[in-house]
Amino acid sequence: MSAKLEVLSQNLQKHLGDRLDSFQVVLGEITIDVAPADYVYVMRMLRDEPDLRFEELMDLCGVDYSAYADGEWAGKRFAAVSHLLSVSNNWRVRVRCFAPDDAFPSVPSIVSIWSSVGWFEREAFDLYGIVFPGHPDLRRILTDYGFIGHPFRKDFPIYGYVEMRYDPEQQRVVYQPVTIEPREVTPRIVREESYGDVENG
Amino acid sequence: MADIQNYTLNFGPQHPAAHGVLRMVLELDGEVVVRADPHIGMLHRATEKLAETKTWVQSVPYMDRLDYMSMMCNEHAYCMAIEKMLGIDVPIRAQYIRVMFDEVTRILNHLMFVGSHGLDVGAMTMMLYGCREREDLMDCYEAVSGARWHAAYYRPGGVYRDLPDSMPQYKASKWKNAAELKRINEARSGSLLDFLDDFTNRFPKLVDEYETLLTDNRIWKQRLVDVGVVSSERAMQLGFSGPMLRGSGVAWDLRKKQPYEVYDRIDFDIPVGVGGDCYARYLVRIEEMRQANRIIKQCIDWLRVNPGPVITDNFKVASPPRTSMKSNMEELIHHFKLCTEGIHVPEGQVYSAVEHPKGEFGIYAISDGANKPYRLKIRSSAFAHLSAMDELTRGHMIADVVTMVGTIDIVFGEIDR
Repeated sequence: MSAKLEVLSQNLQKHLGDRLDSFQVVLGEITIDVAPADYVYVMRMLRDEPDLRFEELMDLCGVDYSAYADGEWAGKRFAAVSHLLSVSNNWRVRVRCFAPDDAFPSVPSIVSIWSSVGWFEREAFDLYGIVFPGHPDLRRILTDYGFIGHPFRKDFPIYGYVEMRYDPEQQRVVYQPVTIEPREVTPRIVREESYGDVENG
Repeated sequence: MADIQNYTLNFGPQHPAAHGVLRMVLELDGEVVVRADPHIGMLHRATEKLAETKTWVQSVPYMDRLDYMSMMCNEHAYCMAIEKMLGIDVPIRAQYIRVMFDEVTRILNHLMFVGSHGLDVGAMTMMLYGCREREDLMDCYEAVSGARWHAAYYRPGGVYRDLPDSMPQYKASKWKNAAELKRINEARSGSLLDFLDDFTNRFPKLVDEYETLLTDNRIWKQRLVDVGVVSSERAMQLGFSGPMLRGSGVAWDLRKKQPYEVYDRIDFDIPVGVGGDCYARYLVRIEEMRQANRIIKQCIDWLRVNPGPVITDNFKVASPPRTSMKSNMEELIHHFKLCTEGIHVPEGQVYSAVEHPKGEFGIYAISDGANKPYRLKIRSSAFAHLSAMDELTRGHMIADVVTMVGTIDIVFGEIDR
């Protein structure tokens, strides 16, 4: 672990130690898991505490863990994962917050802390159906007007449910059920742990 | 008295200044913008979802199609993410090639930026000049990868192949006679490095030429100076990066602050803007072109004297050379497994970011040990920049909206993904 990472992990433990569900340092990156109840507080501390000072939120995205390792995932299904950057201290941290209810995933909005998160939360809502209470304008952002479903969930087929075509009789564009057959060229394979041991390649 | 209501104007998605497929609903009070609501997603192809159904290497060409003005930089972030998870090293020559092509890409992107920004604001000529030089650089893309845009040249573990010894030549046609042909093919008679070297010698003069067109141009300054001012605090709040952040006076560049590949061995400067308006951001990008030129020069000098491998010799990641593949059982099996099943990336998650011409371009990848990504999130800089559109345009005149669209330097491939 580099000296910088060491300082950051100490600072994180010092200021937020009792509020972190998990703390991992892997591949030179720090990941912290936070419970939804502590989420807003932790995020505010991460921005305002001089020892941490993450001025920028670079990214927030939804993750659906339901098919992880062919369904061996035991934890909650949905998470909102954000990447923070400190310009003044030059370090990064990843914050993960799992939504408590799989059927109605909800994570508090942090738009009051970083303005940049507004669209990222809209995207996570659009693609994963994660609701962010406190967001002033939680509309769909990337999918079509009137789209039904949350397309990046693992149970949403890659080909979708409807396709669009021009109907010459009605003289307008219509939706119809998809007609293409699902096709997978390379199957997805999870091998045993030592398989493809790159270090001894 | 008549009841006066705000007027709502629909800008795009079919508009010459919309840089693709931006639809914006503008609420106007007279000519002043009260609210701007960008509607994006017209180009949404679900790249991230598609990547989940492809092996790791099969998604490399998808990366070109994100920001299709800076193709190789996108590939770079993606390949770096895979390499970081696998824990493999990239040969030093490949690192130099990557840095060189990152900077070629930066010039390509910024030329398009100045050109289209000029076009938006009413300076037609810059676009023509920009495309002239872009032609040369796209020939470099063609020489190394065979494709002028969607190169798929960077691969996990290095680059696809070494730099070529020859450049594509112009052929005789009814528009080009022998004398003309000889003139334009002269720089192309040597290797790619000779051609690029010639380009880097010509380019600083050409940038001066662009600056005489724009920098002190009164119309240009009237349209850009003090338009879209963002303070450094707001820029960080809004998640800005790259020239948008540096234009607001924050000295932040990943190439210096969190160096990747060989940027720490290369001598270059980071321009920082004053004032945080559209004009400052324009100046930052112009200076970045000059600095990119410097970097390319240093890379050429290094690459000329240091031959070596350009892709890792770890055959679990990259294909073995064809000759050994044809004669060795072991290599044959490696090739077969790579082509039918692909790389297995160890379980874990990683975020890798590069200083893309438009800002920080990041790849957040989660692997569960399979031969395909479990989740791939593409952090595009322009997505964050465009989300600030409302704040940027509020209170400005309607004519300034296109200036703002231009200054963000948006490409919808990466915003909509």
